[in-house]
Amino acid sequence: MVDYFIEVLKGAVLTLELFFLSLVLSVLLGLLAAFAKLSKNKVASFISQLYVTIIRGVPDLVLMLLVFYGGQIILNQFTERLGLGFWEINPLISGVLTIGFIFGAYMGETFRGAILAVDVGQLEAARAYGFSPFHVFYKITLPQMIHHGISSFTNNWLVMLKSTSIVSIIGLKDMVYIANVASSSTRKPFFFFLLVCLIFLVFTSISLKMLNKIKNSYRFE
Amino acid sequence: MLVDLELIGQFIPEFGEGIVLTLELLVISLFFGFALAMVLALFKKSTNLLLNYSSRAFIYFFRGTPFLVQIYLIYYGLGQFEAIREVQWLWFFLEKPFFCALLALVINNAAYAAEIIHNAIVTTDKGEIEAARAYGMSHWQSMRYIVIPSALRRAIPAYTNEIIFMLHATSLVSVITLLDITGIARKLYSRFYAPFEAFITAALFYLLLSILINFVAHRLEKRFNRYLKVNQ
Repeated sequence: MVDYFIEVLKGAVLTLELFFLSLVLSVLLGLLAAFAKLSKNKVASFISQLYVTIIRGVPDLVLMLLVFYGGQIILNQFTERLGLGFWEINPLISGVLTIGFIFGAYMGETFRGAILAVDVGQLEAARAYGFSPFHVFYKITLPQMIHHGISSFTNNWLVMLKSTSIVSIIGLKDMVYIANVASSSTRKPFFFFLLVCLIFLVFTSISLKMLNKIKNSYRFE
Repeated sequence: MLVDLELIGQFIPEFGEGIVLTLELLVISLFFGFALAMVLALFKKSTNLLLNYSSRAFIYFFRGTPFLVQIYLIYYGLGQFEAIREVQWLWFFLEKPFFCALLALVINNAAYAAEIIHNAIVTTDKGEIEAARAYGMSHWQSMRYIVIPSALRRAIPAYTNEIIFMLHATSLVSVITLLDITGIARKLYSRFYAPFEAFITAALFYLLLSILINFVAHRLEKRFNRYLKVNQ
């Protein structure tokens, strides 16, 4: 029992690792999607719209299975052609790619809304003062984006944290996977799954506290 | 060619029973979820501390933990207790994956929907409540005839999102052996080793259902919230 308890805690570390790597990817993709959708380039805004529509309409699990099993086949064809032998897809990489890719779409919508909420007059004023585009983004847009978008960002953060659990289905040994193993060998499934629930509650509660702090420090009005 | 269109054509009829199961789970759980959510939302507004805190704790727990773990907790977890297995009628339901999945969906949906409804109730325009009181309605009358109908109308957009999330959540019931759309896709994948055809077909069905739900919800929203346009 105690051994499994420690194993679950180790799995919790892997869950966090998966979460933060996916978070970085989703924020990058989200910024890209937001700017693409707002850009005057028709192709870019169409691709961005398609990305968001597909992600919002298809369950995470189906996308993950597609990336994991489909990715393996693409990788096999690739390595075969190069004569490299068999490479197995790592569930962690697969998980980060899928979760990052999925939440990139949600982050994109959050960022787009936040960018649109920034007063255009301020951007024009900054440009008139000779700010470079980077400076305009960094000094004017970004702080206000955080102010307008933090609530929606917090929501994405929490949903994403919980979504990491599905990667256990493709065999990543996160805490949900380990709780499954522990349940069948100790015959105490309720105990182990409740433990995982409590760890998730700790993670979500800490996140919420932290993000609310940021929210309060970016109040202007 | 990476995707074999002929194979997709061959797969489509196989999904029939999966679509039925997905819709069955979705519709039944939305129905009971809504009923439970109404109770939870009213408890959360109640001044009775016991009702208030138990509703808050329920919502906090089920919104703060992953749905997948909730399914495991119900399907595998409850069987751990002798006391539950001994109650025959209860165990009759809880040993079947279908009822466990349904229970998990109802509970999860209720927690999220309760938050949406509660939010809509507390943001009701003060003027509406004052008008109801001025007409001599009691607290419960004003809730029954004014506040709740008005709140439910305004909750439609958020509730639509929740329904789409529920549709997505049903895909996780495939982990406890149920053959919903995702379950069928996984079965087809393992039989034909054709991940693209199996999962893309499943994805298309979900996409179609999402679009359908959004379309219907949008029509309802337009119809029920007509009066809000006048105020703006």
